[in-house]
Amino acid sequence: MNSTRIFSLIAGFFLYLIIQVLVLKNLVIFGTAFCFLYILYILLLPINVKTVQTLLIAFVLGMGVDLFYDTIGVHTASVLMLAFVRKRWIQAITPTGGYDDDLQPSLLNLGIGWFFIYSFPMILIHHTLFFYIENIGTNLFLSVVQKVIASAIFVFIMSIIVQLLFYSRRRGI
Amino acid sequence: MQRILLFLYSLRAFLLFVFLEAVAIYMMVSFNSQQGAVFFNSSNKVSGTVLSYKNGVVEYFSLASVNKNLVDKNAELLAELERLKSPVDSIYIELDSAFMNTFQFKGAKVINNSLRFSRNHITLNKGADQGIKEGMGVFNEEGIVGRVKGVSKNFSTVISLLHTDLLISSKIKSTDVFGSTKWDGLDAKKAKLMYIPRHVDVKVGDEVVTSGYNAIFPEGIPVGTVLEVKPGLENNYLDITLDLATDFSKISYVYLVENHIETELDSLYNATGVTNE
Repeated sequence: MNSTRIFSLIAGFFLYLIIQVLVLKNLVIFGTAFCFLYILYILLLPINVKTVQTLLIAFVLGMGVDLFYDTIGVHTASVLMLAFVRKRWIQAITPTGGYDDDLQPSLLNLGIGWFFIYSFPMILIHHTLFFYIENIGTNLFLSVVQKVIASAIFVFIMSIIVQLLFYSRRRGI
Repeated sequence: MQRILLFLYSLRAFLLFVFLEAVAIYMMVSFNSQQGAVFFNSSNKVSGTVLSYKNGVVEYFSLASVNKNLVDKNAELLAELERLKSPVDSIYIELDSAFMNTFQFKGAKVINNSLRFSRNHITLNKGADQGIKEGMGVFNEEGIVGRVKGVSKNFSTVISLLHTDLLISSKIKSTDVFGSTKWDGLDAKKAKLMYIPRHVDVKVGDEVVTSGYNAIFPEGIPVGTVLEVKPGLENNYLDITLDLATDFSKISYVYLVENHIETELDSLYNATGVTNE
């Protein structure tokens, strides 16, 4: 990993965090579809980033988002789960021929079919955990399911748009 | 020994995951209480500063409606003032000087707000240095908004009325029957009025105001109007839906109220074993 690569990863971290808490926090469609786009940062980390490192990054990112959402610990707990599962899931769905070493697992590098299989279950895991923890103690089961599904679809579509607009084919932002 | 260490090392990702997850859950449990814990929320220095910068930009878009609301409130206060000026030729008896200054009011600006979660919070641009204290009631010119959860030096976090754990002691204005207002987590415009017995005659359109029993709010701040009355499913209370007076999607300036005799009331309640929500 060269220094420009590391720099773009660090800049991406702050960019995702700031855009999430200042802009996307207010973007809620029909009161059910939330836009937690910051998890795309964890999803798009290069494949050779180790689980331990991913966990630490996810912890800091989750804390940052929690700070502004006033949901202390909830985003952190759910994004940690995402970071923990990520590496195993990537290995489980290896396409024939395997991956390049420092490949970014993005739509542009691996195609829409692979990206859907990769990201949609991960987004679902994160959202299920988040809305479940957020609603513990209330009996709003139906509205939780509604929020999880609507938000997952919304975030998936947003992640496709963001990648097509701002990402290049081989390397980071 | 070495093999144990090697074994643990091979599990390091899982162990770190469990540890961080435990930290997150610990924070959730200990910081989601009703009071205190200021450092890890939006009223700490860093996030408070960022949010007030953001609000400096965004507030221009709502200036027109804010001005209109303030003018309306001013007019209302002027009318009230006119009424309260004691007439010259009547006998005016001061009932008890201890209750003259029971409530004190302060103003603040909302810099962060949410209404789509089941536990919503609001951040204000004033904190301990400006005299904000934990437990103060928050309302605006339309109606009730919430209650201060925690304060830092220059910012404070408020539990919004749109928080499924917050109960506000309220009463129906026409009949003086009292109950508790609680949000059910579904719609930011509606809440439930609980603990109204079945024999009470509640009409659609009845006005609901704060009762003044829980010593956070003075009596008579609007909470909402009755939208729907149904017999409760499994208990002796009516199932009443309120149309909230406050439009939570538009709040920008709020007032805070402090009760000077709250500590005295609380200690009295504690001494006599009365629990008051």
